[in-house]
Amino acid sequence: MKILYFAWLRDKAGCSERDVAPPPGVATVGALIDWLAAQDERQAEVFADRSVVRSAVNQDFAEADTPVCPGDEVAFFPPVTGG
Amino acid sequence: MIRVQREAFDAGREIAALTADNTRIGGVASFVGLVRDLGGLRSMTLEHYPGMTERQLERIEAEARRRWPLEASLIVHRYGRLEPGDPIVLTVTASAHRQAAFDACNFLMDWLKTEAPFWKREEGANGECWVAARTDDDAARERWRGSG
Repeated sequence: MKILYFAWLRDKAGCSERDVAPPPGVATVGALIDWLAAQDERQAEVFADRSVVRSAVNQDFAEADTPVCPGDEVAFFPPVTGG
Repeated sequence: MIRVQREAFDAGREIAALTADNTRIGGVASFVGLVRDLGGLRSMTLEHYPGMTERQLERIEAEARRRWPLEASLIVHRYGRLEPGDPIVLTVTASAHRQAAFDACNFLMDWLKTEAPFWKREEGANGECWVAARTDDDAARERWRGSG
């Protein structure tokens, strides 16, 4: 599974992308965040305030209950500020 | 049509190209967003999500065309490092009558403010910081709910 970070989440994560292999029980975006945040201190910091973290699965906006599977591209980013 | 690009755009040329050879068009509305400096801004860097950003802009444009009878439409959004006064975004809508063009142009901007994956980082005299999302942008998007 490919994880992407954008904007200040990337600054906190210290990388723009990484490949991860979460256990089979990690089947939603919310569970993936729980699992990532438990991996190391940097990830814990990225997801410290989940109210300011948005996500996308395979380039579609996602919610905490959106399913994730091996091979998916899951992105995390702050609320958008374009225009 | 949508484009995500690093280069500057010329709004006049874009409008001329978009409306050429279509005499059913009776009105064209356009909006150009610029980098604003309210004091001390050196630059603004726009980051995007290649792939998803284009897809979202296509969806926003398709939604506008579903809601209004448009003859033509265009969204151009830049990314990369910009300076105060530089153009960031262009939306153009063309229709037989002005009201659809005005409303659709307004809608495109309200929607892309909250639905298009772009993030702004400002560089000022005291360093750099990411721009926070505005709650009034959410409110502006919400006013279109139910009107489609």
